[in-house]
Amino acid sequence: MVHPERFAALFNLSHPGHFISWGVLQVSYGNAVVIVLMVVAFVAALLLPFPGHRDKGGR
Amino acid sequence: MTDPRIERQWTTRLRKRVEGTFPPEKVLPDTQPSYVASWIYVFGVLTLAALVMVIATGCALAIMGPTWWHVSGLGHYINSTHLWSVEVFFFAMVIHLWGKYFMAAWRGGRSMTWMTGAVTFLTSIGAAFTGYLSQTNFDSQWIATQAKDGINATGAGSVFNVLNLGQMLMWHIVLLPLVALGLTAVHVILVRKRGVVPPFADVPEGVVA
Repeated sequence: MVHPERFAALFNLSHPGHFISWGVLQVSYGNAVVIVLMVVAFVAALLLPFPGHRDKGGR
Repeated sequence: MTDPRIERQWTTRLRKRVEGTFPPEKVLPDTQPSYVASWIYVFGVLTLAALVMVIATGCALAIMGPTWWHVSGLGHYINSTHLWSVEVFFFAMVIHLWGKYFMAAWRGGRSMTWMTGAVTFLTSIGAAFTGYLSQTNFDSQWIATQAKDGINATGAGSVFNVLNLGQMLMWHIVLLPLVALGLTAVHVILVRKRGVVPPFADVPEGVVA
């Protein structure tokens, strides 16, 4: 027995999408959030120390 | 003394070339340069891990067909895992791309490594696009009807018909994965062959990187 309601989306998606418009550029809120998260992950990857790494002065 | 006829065999020549280019300690190294101990180097292998999940879930979906996920909870779960592994794949791949771009990772004879990565990225976009067209729902119909004019304007519409579900599904599950996986294999082999690009400061003065 299939109960599709159990697998419904956590968020109500039954409405037109929300978009950020800036001149000719247009991006959905969802895509904008992902882009911001990627930039955050990129900067964090550069700044955060790598665990367990000890510089032994070579390779 | 080795028989010269055996030395001339293509199998002998190929084996020697592979042995010379890829000695075992280079293919499966014990250590890496110290500068590799950074989070930015994690995103390449994260992309690979996501690709494994994409292929595995895609194979599971292929067993029951493209409409299975509409009528099965398990199918819906696997379909969602397929989607989210693709999201992780692109998320990690773009950060990998940014990192390599700012490292100028094509230095030191690594231009083919860079180019195979770039073409794999473009191939993956095509694979994702045909995946959207293979959802067998209103979303895929909407995307196909919106895309057809753009594709037709390029002249490619006569051989690449986005309204043809069968054709798009075959591109999605056969042709584009073959190209993407092949290029990924070459990309990884080239990384193993040339090694990870060193930071700018590590390149000795006077050496053209």
